[in-house]
Amino acid sequence: MDYKEKLVDLIIKYGFLCLLLGLLVFFSLFSNGFASPRSAVFIFQSVAITGILALGVTCTLVVDGFDLSIGSVATSALMLSAYIMVVLEYNGLIAVIACIVMGAIVGLVNGLLIVKMRVPDLLATLGMMFLLIGLQRIPTEGRSISTGMRMPGGEVTEGVFSPGFLWLGRHRFDFFLENLIPMPVILFVVIAFLVWIFLQLTRHGRLMYAIGSNERAAALAGTNVNKYKIVAYMISGMLAAVGGILLSARLGRGDIASGNNLLLDSVAAALIGFAVLGVAKPNAFGTAIGALFVGILLQGLTMMNAPYYTQDFVKGVVLVVALLFTFALTSRTRGGGH
Amino acid sequence: MSAVACQIISMSKSFGVNKVLRNINLDLFSGQVTVLMGANGAGKSTLVKILCGVHKADSGTVKLFGNNFQPSSPSDAFKKGIVTVHQSINDGVVPDLDIASNLMLDKLGDSSWGFFVRNRQLKKAASEIAASMGIKFDVSKPVRELGIADRQLIAIARAMAQDPKVLILDEPTSALSVAEAERLFKLIERFRKTGVAILYISHRMGDIRRIADRIVSMRDGEIAGLFEGKALDYEGAITAMLGHSMTEFNVNVEQNGPLVLSFENIKIEEKSQPINLSIHKNEVVAITGLLGSGKSRLAEILFGLRNQFSGVLKLNEKEYYPKSPRDALKSSVHMSPKDRATNAIISDFDITGNLTIPFLKSFSYMSFIQGRTQRNASDEMVEKMGIVCQSSYDKIGTLSGGNQQKVIVGRWLLKSCDLLVLDEPFQGVDIKARRDIGSYIRSSTKDRATLVFVSEIDEALEIADKIIIMSEASVVGEHINHEVDFPALLAEFSGKKINHNQRYL
Repeated sequence: MDYKEKLVDLIIKYGFLCLLLGLLVFFSLFSNGFASPRSAVFIFQSVAITGILALGVTCTLVVDGFDLSIGSVATSALMLSAYIMVVLEYNGLIAVIACIVMGAIVGLVNGLLIVKMRVPDLLATLGMMFLLIGLQRIPTEGRSISTGMRMPGGEVTEGVFSPGFLWLGRHRFDFFLENLIPMPVILFVVIAFLVWIFLQLTRHGRLMYAIGSNERAAALAGTNVNKYKIVAYMISGMLAAVGGILLSARLGRGDIASGNNLLLDSVAAALIGFAVLGVAKPNAFGTAIGALFVGILLQGLTMMNAPYYTQDFVKGVVLVVALLFTFALTSRTRGGGH
Repeated sequence: MSAVACQIISMSKSFGVNKVLRNINLDLFSGQVTVLMGANGAGKSTLVKILCGVHKADSGTVKLFGNNFQPSSPSDAFKKGIVTVHQSINDGVVPDLDIASNLMLDKLGDSSWGFFVRNRQLKKAASEIAASMGIKFDVSKPVRELGIADRQLIAIARAMAQDPKVLILDEPTSALSVAEAERLFKLIERFRKTGVAILYISHRMGDIRRIADRIVSMRDGEIAGLFEGKALDYEGAITAMLGHSMTEFNVNVEQNGPLVLSFENIKIEEKSQPINLSIHKNEVVAITGLLGSGKSRLAEILFGLRNQFSGVLKLNEKEYYPKSPRDALKSSVHMSPKDRATNAIISDFDITGNLTIPFLKSFSYMSFIQGRTQRNASDEMVEKMGIVCQSSYDKIGTLSGGNQQKVIVGRWLLKSCDLLVLDEPFQGVDIKARRDIGSYIRSSTKDRATLVFVSEIDEALEIADKIIIMSEASVVGEHINHEVDFPALLAEFSGKKINHNQRYL
């Protein structure tokens, strides 16, 4: 009995990491070229943007909230940055600042709707999502933004994406091999580390977890619950904007059709993160691993010639298995109680 | 003597190392009201939960008219003939449905009812049930429009519609006025005549005197006394429940320090009497009263959750208007709320996390939590309060109720304060934990004023220097805890006029 319980404990704790390791070994053995630095970097690059968005969602999940607007914040940032540089002809720095401010404001509005107006989090951020999806299309009447396009007013756009801005999405640093590591990957790793420090090591993070576990108890222990909730949505909005900036810098145009999958992919990564190390709570490390897990699986399958249309199915399976790890197994060991 | 309806034979139950029931033997007779008395943590609620199918006994058997009774779930117990009306009345009714649907809920849940609701039939059957119970409401009225006493009546009517053999009432009068309680007693008398065995859980002497045929006293998971016959020995029952007689408490009332908190003409609501109280350093004051007596509202004013109707609150001679718990904490007022599960416990955190949450700032350097100092402080508190655990890394949920409560109370004793307010610090704890918490609070009163809200007189007697009794949002009595005048105290507590010819205990 005791032995069995220990085994279940081990499975909950390391099961998902073992699965990840197993996947790596499997693909390395059976798929040519998978186990190479270039392939590894490709995986990182494919998950960097969703990963950054997922880290934002993680912050809202920690306070027992949820942010459905991240995908649309990211695409809004994509369009906004293009509009500022291409149509208004400002430089890249202003575009970056404007996008991040936009993300912060959206987060603030989300937070105020939820905290002050008492709108349920899913509904408030769903409303915000629709609002932003619509809003980003209005200035160009639904068209993508690129240099030389004709605006609704008739004038032709002459601005260009500034090189410094494009550098954010396209630059590759040398790391043993020439031009190996892309800028978004560096940013992803740095942001993941910062969010992890914030949530895990500071008292602010600890209080946010307390709010997520029992909001009323946290308030009665003197925590400013409303402030922390709003901060969580603002972090989420700003990180989504960063994701949008990177997407824009990679594409080099304000593509209206990009980023459709961002919301679901990043939410999936954050939820898969619950299962990592069996913590059954939203956490930055888990989220990063969750994003990588999906990336590795898709890259491996692609290299083994699985058709593209199976991708969503595979992601779904991974998510269901991860949720199984999180909820079914952990509740079994905790169950009983009084 | 009438027939034995239900027999409990050598039943035991423990949660972890905590033995909650030890070898209980008890018979319930048809057509009799058996009152079960016991202090908090004596094991009453566990016994009830086993009878109504929530918990399983570790050993022992229950027989219902000679047949083995082993309910697999509450609904199974219900079907086999033991129904329970719980203390929290809203567990027994669905507020958003109308009275008819509530009364017929068990029939609707039964597959024999069929697929469609058939409203007319439902109403007709419900009206019949209502009429037989003497309920005069329109059955199409939603339950949420009813007051608490009427909701309880609906819950009882619903239970009785199943024609049960045994009816368990868990502290049914705790939320009722005197008149509403009287209506309930009349109903209970009718059930008694129809031959139902009633197990009535309460320790309110007024109720017990009114309806008890037999009294069973429980203490520390055992039957401490069984009293029956023509003249019931109420005093003996209480002594058996407490393990000592009421007058044995005599706290050493110490010299008081300077004034800390004063209520000046505080009115809780428009019609209530103004309250004037002062609480000094090195003093423990207990405020007690029945549910609805206004003591929780008074506590909420101190917590910054509610404003007084009028009057001034002064802390250290200065006016004190907390707008939130956070404000109160900043004014060096520490407050432990009641209902730990909803108001205090952070179930995702370990003991250390739960103990230190209000004071994380003092355990951090530039916002980074200093794990070592935090851990040391909590280890020290675990030691001082005698919290039984493997280490301070244990999740709070793995502890027993009493030890959880120690953590929650200990949380507010971690740092010194000017005023400590404890709302129901003994709620849902066993007698041992209650003594530990009480003695620790008393031993650490030196540098602060302490205000405790409790709902039981014996808890107040155990901990306080001064006892304040509230009734109908007003203070009705004040006693120094030294050779207390019990008849007066109890009369004030139950909100009845004193009659000195009547012996209360």
